[in-house]
Amino acid sequence: MADMKVTLAGITSPNPFWLASGPPTNTAGQAMRAFDAGWGGVVWKTIGDPIVNTSSRYGAIDLHNVKMMGFNNIELISDRPIEVNFREIYDVKKRYPHNLVIASLMVESKRETWHDMVRRAEAAGSDALELNFGCPHGMSERGMGSAVGQVPEYTEMITSWVKEVAKIPVIVKLTPNVTDVTRIAAAAERGGADAVSLINTINSLIGVDLETFTPRPNVGGKSSHGGYCGPAVKPIALHLISSVAKTVKIPISGIGGIGYWNDAAEHIAVGAATVQVCTAAMHYGFRIVEDMIDGLSQYMDAHGFRSIEDFRGRAVPNVQDWGDLDLNYKIVAEIHPELCIGCQLCYVACEDGAHQAIAPYNASHNGASSEQKNGKKNPNGMGVHVPRIIEEECVGCNLCALVCPVENCITMKHVETGEPHMSWKERTQRNPSCAPPTPSGD
Amino acid sequence: MPLRETAPKLSPEQYEKNFAEIEPALSERQAAVESARCLYCFDAPCTLACPTHIDVPAFIQKISTGNLQGSARVILSANILGHSCGRVCPTEVLCEGACVMVEKGEEPIEIGRLQRHAVDYVLDREIQLFQPGKPNGKRVACIGAGPASLACAAELAKWGYDVTVFDRRENPGGLNTYGIAAYKTRASEAIREVNLVKQLGVKFRQNTEVGCDVAFSDLESEFDAIFIGVGLGETWDLTLPGEDLHGVLGAIEFIEKTKVQPLHEVEIGRRIACIGAGNTAIDVVTAARRLGAEAVYLIYRRGEPEMPAFAYEYQLAKQDAVSFLWQTQPVRVLGTNGAVTGLECVRTELGAPDAKGRRTPAPIAGTEFTLQVDMVVRAVGQQPVTDSLRAIRGVELEKNGTVKIDERHQTGNPKYFAGGDCTNGGREVVDAVAEGMAAARGVDAWLGAPRKK
Repeated sequence: MADMKVTLAGITSPNPFWLASGPPTNTAGQAMRAFDAGWGGVVWKTIGDPIVNTSSRYGAIDLHNVKMMGFNNIELISDRPIEVNFREIYDVKKRYPHNLVIASLMVESKRETWHDMVRRAEAAGSDALELNFGCPHGMSERGMGSAVGQVPEYTEMITSWVKEVAKIPVIVKLTPNVTDVTRIAAAAERGGADAVSLINTINSLIGVDLETFTPRPNVGGKSSHGGYCGPAVKPIALHLISSVAKTVKIPISGIGGIGYWNDAAEHIAVGAATVQVCTAAMHYGFRIVEDMIDGLSQYMDAHGFRSIEDFRGRAVPNVQDWGDLDLNYKIVAEIHPELCIGCQLCYVACEDGAHQAIAPYNASHNGASSEQKNGKKNPNGMGVHVPRIIEEECVGCNLCALVCPVENCITMKHVETGEPHMSWKERTQRNPSCAPPTPSGD
Repeated sequence: MPLRETAPKLSPEQYEKNFAEIEPALSERQAAVESARCLYCFDAPCTLACPTHIDVPAFIQKISTGNLQGSARVILSANILGHSCGRVCPTEVLCEGACVMVEKGEEPIEIGRLQRHAVDYVLDREIQLFQPGKPNGKRVACIGAGPASLACAAELAKWGYDVTVFDRRENPGGLNTYGIAAYKTRASEAIREVNLVKQLGVKFRQNTEVGCDVAFSDLESEFDAIFIGVGLGETWDLTLPGEDLHGVLGAIEFIEKTKVQPLHEVEIGRRIACIGAGNTAIDVVTAARRLGAEAVYLIYRRGEPEMPAFAYEYQLAKQDAVSFLWQTQPVRVLGTNGAVTGLECVRTELGAPDAKGRRTPAPIAGTEFTLQVDMVVRAVGQQPVTDSLRAIRGVELEKNGTVKIDERHQTGNPKYFAGGDCTNGGREVVDAVAEGMAAARGVDAWLGAPRKK
C-alpha cells in the first residue's frame, strides 16, 4: 500500500491533507476532532491582534442543484486573544504529537512585532509557521495580508525578518490577486522562505440581491468585497501552482478548490507536496478526509506510486507555453450512436457556439444527412435523433464532448496528419513573416 | 329507486383522501430541482411529441430561473388549456415518453407537473398574460365549451375576432369539467381555467343548446363563421337484456356525478361491474373503489395485451385493487324488483385478427357464469351527438358519425368548421386543443381578415 507520509521543508505529515487556515481551524476542539477524523495537519486560523468580525460573513453561488459551487467570505483573522490561541496550540500538540500544527500569523509590518510573534508561536510548540500575506479583505486595508503579498519587496522583507529568528520552517502564503504570482513566490524564496502555499482566496463580490440591491453577504444593508474559494477556483489554483512550481525550488502546499481526493491528486501533479482544504470541510465537515486518504491511496496503488513524491509535479513539464504546442496534432469528434440519447446539445453548441461541424438530425449539411436510430425505451416510436459529425469541418475543439450529457457518447479520436511536430514558435522561426509585430521601443 | 345494496358511506376525511389530487403540486424547491434536471435539448423530442408543440425546454428553463410568469406564457400561448393538460395529459405516451432521459436510463423530467407549477402561478394570482386583438369586425360562434372550442375561441379572440361560445351545460369546460376522474382534476379547476379565455373577451352563453334553444339559422345570420366543437355524447348502449334495470348506467354519466355531486351523495353499489377496458373504464373503476365499492370488476372481452387503456392508467386500477376479468363478455343484466342484482357473463376465445389487427373474441359455449353486482357501468365508448348537424346544408358526417372536415378543419359548408372529439371520434384533451387551434387558423384564413397583433 502506498505510503501517505509526506515531508515538506523538513516537517513530516502523516498524510498530505491539511486543513487550511480558516474557520475550521479556529479552536483546539476543532483541531483535535480534525486529527481524529484523519487530517494530517491543521494550519491554525490566522493569529494576530484580535479583530471584530461582521455578521453576516459568507456568501455562495449554487449551480442548479449543486450547492456552494463557489463560496466567499468577509471574515477576518482570529477574533480570539493571541495567548488563547497559542495556549490551545500547546495543548493540541501535547495530545497529538504526530500531527502537524502550523501557526498562521499576521501582524503589523514591524520587525520587532514579527520577531515577538514568531518566538511565541515556536514556544507554543508549532511545527511550522505560515505567513498570511494573502488575505484580500479587511486586513489588507490595514496594511497587512495581501497588502504585503502584492508587493514583492514587502514579501521578501517581512519573510527575511521572520527568518532572522525562526527555528521552524516558514511557509509564505501567496495571494492570487496579483498580475504575476511567480514574482511574489520568487521574492518569498529570496527572503528565505522554506515553502510557499497558494492560493489564498480571490477577491470577489459573490452576488447582488436584486430586490434590495445589496451585495452578499449582507451586513446591515451593505456589503464588501471578500475572498472567493470553493470548487470553482480549482482551475485558477492549478495554473498558479504549476507556474510557481516552474519558478521556485522551495516546496509548495497547494490550496484551492479541493473537495475530493482527485482534486488533491491534481494539485500534487502540478507540484504541491501537501494540500490544504477549507471550503469542503465547511460544507461537509471533517469526515470528508476519510475518502480523500482512501481514494488517493487506491489511485496511487493502481498506478504503482509508492509515495506522494513518486508523482508530485509529474504534470508540470506538460504545462507549456501555447507557442510550444504542436499545431499539427489533430483530433476530431466521434459520436457513438448506440449511446446517443438525441438531445442534440452537441449540434446546437457546435452550430451556434463553435465551428458548424455537426449536422442535426433530419437536416442536410454538405449534402449529407444524419440518421435516426430506434429508441430502446422510448414508447412513442419517435426514435432517437442522432446528429452527425462533419469530420472535414471539425477542428477538434472538444465542445461537443463537453456538452454531451452521456459519458463516452462523444469521444475525440486522433487523426494522423503525417505532418511533423510544428509549434507556433517553430513556425515563426522558419517563416519570420508570420511573427507578431515587435512592440516599439522593445 | 334504490340500488339493491349500496357501498357503506366513508368518513368525510376518507373521501377527501381518496379523491385528493393524485399528483400533488410541486413545491418551489422541488420545481427548482426538477427543472434543473432538464437538459434543454435542441429540437426537443418532448415538444415534437406534444400535439400542441409547447416549447417544453423553454418553459422549464424559465422555471429554473424563477421566471414563472414567462414560463406560463410559453405554455399557454401554445395551449390555452395548459392548466388541464398539465394534469390530465397521458404524459407517459407524449412529452415525458419522448424525454431523452428515458433513453439515458433515468426518470423522464416531470414535464406535466412542472407545467402545472408554472400555470398555477398565474392562475392563483389572476395574472392576465394575453390581450384581445384589435377588433377586426368579424364574429365567430363556437358551439360547445369543451377544449376544442375554448382553444379555437381563445386563438380567434387574440387575433381580434368577436367570439361567443354556446354551451348546453351549466358550466363551461366540457369534458375537463364533467368527464375526467376527480382525482386528476376537479371541476372547479377546469372552470377557473376558462377565465383565461374570458380574459380575452370571449362571451359565454351557458345552458344554451344550439339546435334547440338557438337555431343554426340564427347563428348563421349573426356570425361570420361557426366552429363546431360539441365533443361526444352519452355512452353507447350494450343492447343487452336487462340494460334498463336501475343500476345500469354509462361511464360518462357516472364520472359526471363524481364531479358535480358531493362525493358522499354519489350513489354507489357495494359491488360493481364495469364493461370495457379503455381509459374511461379505468376512471370508472378507480372512482368506484375510491367511493367505497367493495368489489369492482373490470370486464373485457379481449385479453390484457389488447387492453386499450394506457399502462399508467392500468397501474392506477391495479393499485386500487380492481379485479380484471379478461376474455369475458356480458350476456345479460340480472335484476329483482327493477334493480340490478347480477351480470351474467361468458368466457371468450380470441380468433383471427380483424382488419385493425385486433383479435376477434368469440364466446365459448357452456362457460357462462354470474357476478353478483349492484351496479353495471358501460364504458364502451361515447355516441356522437352530431345528428342535429345533418340539418345544416353542406355539412357531412362520416359513417361513424364524426363531422367530415378538410385540412383547414372546414366542413362541406364553408361557414362551418369543426374539431375535437366530434371530428376525431374521441382522443385526448391536448388533441382537441391542437385541433381547435388549427380550426382557428382555418377560420382566419377563410375569412381573410388580416391578423392584427
